[in-house]
Amino acid sequence: MKQAEKEDYLQNYDLLKKRGKPFFPYAVLKDASMMLVVFVVVAVMAIVLGAEQGPKADPTTTTYVPRPEWYFFFLFEVLRVLKPPWLVPIATVGIPTVAIVLLLLLPFYDRNAERRPERRPIAMIAAVMSISAMAYLTFLGASAGTPTEIDQPAPPGTEAGLQVAAQSGCLACHKIGENGNDGPGPELTEIGDMLPRAAIARSLQVGPAIMPSYAELPPKKFDDLTAYLAALNGNE
Amino acid sequence: MPKLPVPAPLRRPSKPGEGGNGASSNGTEGGPGGGAMEQAKHGAAEGASGVAGWLDERSGATGFLTGMLFRKVPKGTNWFYTLGSATMFAFAIQAITGVFLAMYYTPSATQAYESITHLTNDVFLGEFVRGMHKWGASVMIILVFLHMGRTFFFGAYKYPRELNWVIGVVLLILTMVMGLTGYLLPFDQRSFWATVVANNITATGPVVGPYLADFLRAGPEFAATTISRFYAIHMLLVPGLIAALIGAHLYLVVKLGTTAPPWLKGEKPKSLRREEVG
Ligand code: HEC
Ligand code: HEM
Repeated sequence: MKQAEKEDYLQNYDLLKKRGKPFFPYAVLKDASMMLVVFVVVAVMAIVLGAEQGPKADPTTTTYVPRPEWYFFFLFEVLRVLKPPWLVPIATVGIPTVAIVLLLLLPFYDRNAERRPERRPIAMIAAVMSISAMAYLTFLGASAGTPTEIDQPAPPGTEAGLQVAAQSGCLACHKIGENGNDGPGPELTEIGDMLPRAAIARSLQVGPAIMPSYAELPPKKFDDLTAYLAALNGNE
Repeated sequence: MPKLPVPAPLRRPSKPGEGGNGASSNGTEGGPGGGAMEQAKHGAAEGASGVAGWLDERSGATGFLTGMLFRKVPKGTNWFYTLGSATMFAFAIQAITGVFLAMYYTPSATQAYESITHLTNDVFLGEFVRGMHKWGASVMIILVFLHMGRTFFFGAYKYPRELNWVIGVVLLILTMVMGLTGYLLPFDQRSFWATVVANNITATGPVVGPYLADFLRAGPEFAATTISRFYAIHMLLVPGLIAALIGAHLYLVVKLGTTAPPWLKGEKPKSLRREEVG
């Protein structure tokens, strides 16, 4: 902004301010009504929706839904889009960092003196695109189920392992047959062809990248699970 | 404008020559003393009467408060301008309900879950307060984004309010951090596993990522130390930062004034035009 534009703005602002109304009681009244609305909304939600409590956290049990709060869905969904391991840091850190920096520095690179939305086409297009992207990703995250059943029949002798896999939240991040989400983790439908059982077991113990470690599963369940995964070779 | 019961020292000072501004009587029952003007004149000499007078003589607060309350907001200020104070109010709800939750919460791996169960099922209004805190968080997030959208579409981040935008972005991030750290505290399956994943996500960050994740986890396993670490961050560190930054944010709002809607053009009233020539 040039000096003249600054002075112009301040002068215009001064005039509008002179013709305005005092903060008290006019703005205060509006603010207070809005606060009342906020209070009523929160109180009604608290009464109607309550505050349920899930089963106690337990690293060794198997039923859980690894899901963030809804306002983090859009960040989590980026991980499904950028799935290959070498892209993961871009999704987890790169994109959010770039977004934050762009947001922080907005007043410093948008130096146009114009304030009317209809005369700031670039800013408006960028904003509408970001808002749509966030809304779309939030919607995807909200509609991504965390199924607890696997329809594809287990390879002979590994039914127990199928149960463990179905109920351990793997499907939140992996796809097995027709069930589960395609990402952030790779599809497991033919994992037995790609990795030997020992490597699968190692993956489960370490928890590669963002995957949690399953080292605390009871040994029996752990063995069932690896046997099942190792038998998944797409020949069914 | 309807007559409101404003304590006398806070009333708008009368314009010179207008006489008294309706400050009813002088300090009945130790109530606030006379009109602000008189007080300014006589306060120091006579010793102001009443509590408000006493406070004012020692703090000069009324000057500040009248300045705050009777500053003008520009023409055209509309309902979108209430989103900021609504956000602040949502933060206040979180702070107050949070204090009550803290009275019952035990930040340890063995007792966190049980203390929440106890709070939810046994404590008077426990579930209601917890519900308000839980849903208030979502409402606050929505309000922050709406408020940011308002300042963006109105071009309010431009000169001279750039600094307030920057403070706002930091507030936005801190609000998200509150959501993240609070999610672990009930310590049920969902919050546990979601936080494991969130922590793993942190660990994928370059250079500092793994260290930050280690620091948050506070040990090789997710356990008691993790909870108390998240708890301290969630109820001391971040809310303190947010409160301080809201203070700075509002200081700038009062100092610079809120924007007028961008499509309004100020017209000079006749009297002013003459003044300029003269
Ligand atoms: C939070 C999401 C998430 C959950 C839940 C999850 N995984 Fe993963 N998993 C991943 C990601 C991401 C990778 C890829 C890591 C990499 O190589 O960068 C992965 C990798 C794997 C691999 C190695 C695959 C390969 O090709 O290298 C196996 C096997 C695996 N997961 C099995 C499981 C099983 C079994 C479960 C359930 C008990 C599970 N995962 C739960 C995200 C998840
Ligand atoms: C905890 C969160 C926040 C609180 C409590 C808060 C509070 C407020 C309040 C009360 C105002 C007065 C005017 C109004 O209500 O519109 C204001 C103005 C402003 N806020 Fe915020 N705010 C928050 C977050 C943000 C964020 C995330 C941004 C943007 C990134 C932001 C940018 C601004 C700007 C630029 C103004 C000046 C607007 C004007 O003068 O018209 N604030 N804020």
